[in-house]
Amino acid sequence: MPDTGGVASILFVEDDPAARAALELALTRQGHGVTSRATGEDGLDALRARRPEIAILDVMLPGIDGIEVCRRIRREDPLPVILLTARGDDLDVVLGLEAGADDYVVKPVEPRVLDARIRAVLRRADHTRVDRSVYGDLVIDRASLKVTKAGADLRLTPTELRLLLELARRPGQALTRQHLLSEVWEHTYPGDSRLVDACVQRVRAKIEDEPAEPRLIETVRGFGYRFNAP
Amino acid sequence: MTGDAGRRFTGLRLRLAAAFTAVALLAALLASGISYVLLRRVMLQRAQDAVLSEVRDTLTRQIPPRLPPDTAALIRAQLEEVLGDAPGRKAAAVPVALDGRVNLPPPGSLDVPVTREFARRALRGVVFQRVIRNGTPYLLVGARASRYQTTLEEPWRTTPPMVFVSASLSREAADLRLFTRALLIADALALVSAVGFALLATRGVLRPVRGLAAAARALGEGDLETRVTVRGGDELADLARTFNRTAEALERTVTDLRAMEAASRRFVADVSHELRTPLTSMIAVTDVLAEQAADENGAAARLVAGETRRLGRLVEHLIEISRFDAGAAALVLDEVRVADAVAGTLEARGWRDDVAVHGPPDLFARLDPRRFDVVIANLVGNALRHGGPPVAVRFEAADRHGVAGVTVVVTDHGPGLPADLVDVVFDRFVKSDAARSRSDGSGLGLSIAKENAMLHGGTLTAANGADGGAVFTLWLPGRPFPEGEEAP
Repeated sequence: MPDTGGVASILFVEDDPAARAALELALTRQGHGVTSRATGEDGLDALRARRPEIAILDVMLPGIDGIEVCRRIRREDPLPVILLTARGDDLDVVLGLEAGADDYVVKPVEPRVLDARIRAVLRRADHTRVDRSVYGDLVIDRASLKVTKAGADLRLTPTELRLLLELARRPGQALTRQHLLSEVWEHTYPGDSRLVDACVQRVRAKIEDEPAEPRLIETVRGFGYRFNAP
Repeated sequence: MTGDAGRRFTGLRLRLAAAFTAVALLAALLASGISYVLLRRVMLQRAQDAVLSEVRDTLTRQIPPRLPPDTAALIRAQLEEVLGDAPGRKAAAVPVALDGRVNLPPPGSLDVPVTREFARRALRGVVFQRVIRNGTPYLLVGARASRYQTTLEEPWRTTPPMVFVSASLSREAADLRLFTRALLIADALALVSAVGFALLATRGVLRPVRGLAAAARALGEGDLETRVTVRGGDELADLARTFNRTAEALERTVTDLRAMEAASRRFVADVSHELRTPLTSMIAVTDVLAEQAADENGAAARLVAGETRRLGRLVEHLIEISRFDAGAAALVLDEVRVADAVAGTLEARGWRDDVAVHGPPDLFARLDPRRFDVVIANLVGNALRHGGPPVAVRFEAADRHGVAGVTVVVTDHGPGLPADLVDVVFDRFVKSDAARSRSDGSGLGLSIAKENAMLHGGTLTAANGADGGAVFTLWLPGRPFPEGEEAP
């Protein structure tokens, strides 16, 4: 179980050999197990073979790019994904978040920062409260960290789970995007609120009866989000 | 469509039509006025001449040069009968008083009363006057048959009498009224047809103008392929041709500019990618080296690691500023509690203990948190590096020109900005001489801070405080909600 002190097995896809080698070296020294691949296709193969805990994908890859890799992973797996982009411009970020990425970092990234992001994305919600909450046909089991809807297991990514738990921890209370960024993504400085918006969309798609007319996670216009217990 | 119809009868078209109509109406009124005056004069003259000559003829014919005695009454009756024998006419013959007094015709014998003054003038010859009585115009004529007059010594001799004739001019007046009505009808017809012609003519003139206006609007809204059809060879056609040439030139220029802009954006994107990837490797490896190596090797590795980071920052800043130049910088707005944002910036950089923060804890602002962080970090970092402690950050709600917003003021207590630097401190690569040697800044930080403020529609200004030290004032528009609405 990866936690604050633990190490993770990482799938790292980066086409530039020097960057691949350097980051693999740095992440290994942070204590992670790194499998690195040069192309998206190889990365998807390795994903099936190695079952890593997290994927770090460079956006600009030959063949299928990082965003497409992320989209294909998300189709069958709640594996956490961090995008590594050389372009902080908006299109990459927005496309990546829409494809289901949990977080993104912009090159040149410092290994410490990348490590902190990996740990934050992998860290699950606090285990202190062992209880079960029932919201209509939605059941959040904090002990087993499982969320079911009408009995079916919803495969939430760790980030999605954490966001849902953070919102559900205080039903009826509006939380700002920046608050959610610091609690869920552990961004220590003012961050990109689009991370929250994209993740809320994904959670809604899984837990709401009508994702277009959300009732559990409500948008508080000009502020943030609120979890409503039915 | 309704807007177009509404515009059809306002503005230029209305003014043109009104002017056209006014000119036409003026001409018609002038023509009818002149003909009325002329006709009236001619008609009255004719009626007057007829009456006058009849009076003269009658006097000449009816009164022989020698009158038998005592025939005055006979002659008067004769004269009254002859002169009064016409429709609308009445005559009265009055004996001339031998004592010099003036006799007046008995009231009721004529249609208009005769004044003494008129009768006195009639003693000296033929006089006439137009009188309007009870709304009917009359011609009053007075005459004396001859100058001959008996004296008191010979009362039996006959003195020719005076005659007064009142002739009604009502027929002429009726004719004039008829004529006036005809003129008014003609003028009204002229007015109606003038309005019609004016609307037709102005539509013809204004249709190309409206076409041009629509085309110019479309061009302004970005439809650069808009052209107007050129018809005829008048000034409007010239204007249309000029418009088309201008639109062509504009389209060419804009297309060129877009191509250049796209190229420069691609260039920035390419450069940023090409520089960032190797920097990522370098930073990762030098970190590992610096941690591993000991002794001189370790010192060297740490130096390289530090310089690599600095290079990384410089590249970041260069890319950021070129993105501003290319117009590719975009805002990602969010509602932010200002106190939290400032605290977050200070916390993330380990400045919490060095900076005093003052401001209302519940102030919210709608801004791009990442860019706000960049600006505050730049200002505070600048104050910590170049200014003197204590450094303070003060923020509050502030409206400017009716726009709600927030100000953030960063002050230090150092020597302040050198006088030659105050105006150029936001220019690129401007560093004070003192800072040049010891700063590891890129020289772009404040430029980027200012660009970020301007991207928000805000301002960033620099000055020296009253008690020394530099004062940087950031103002950003956009306070999201007034008090009382949806508090956390």
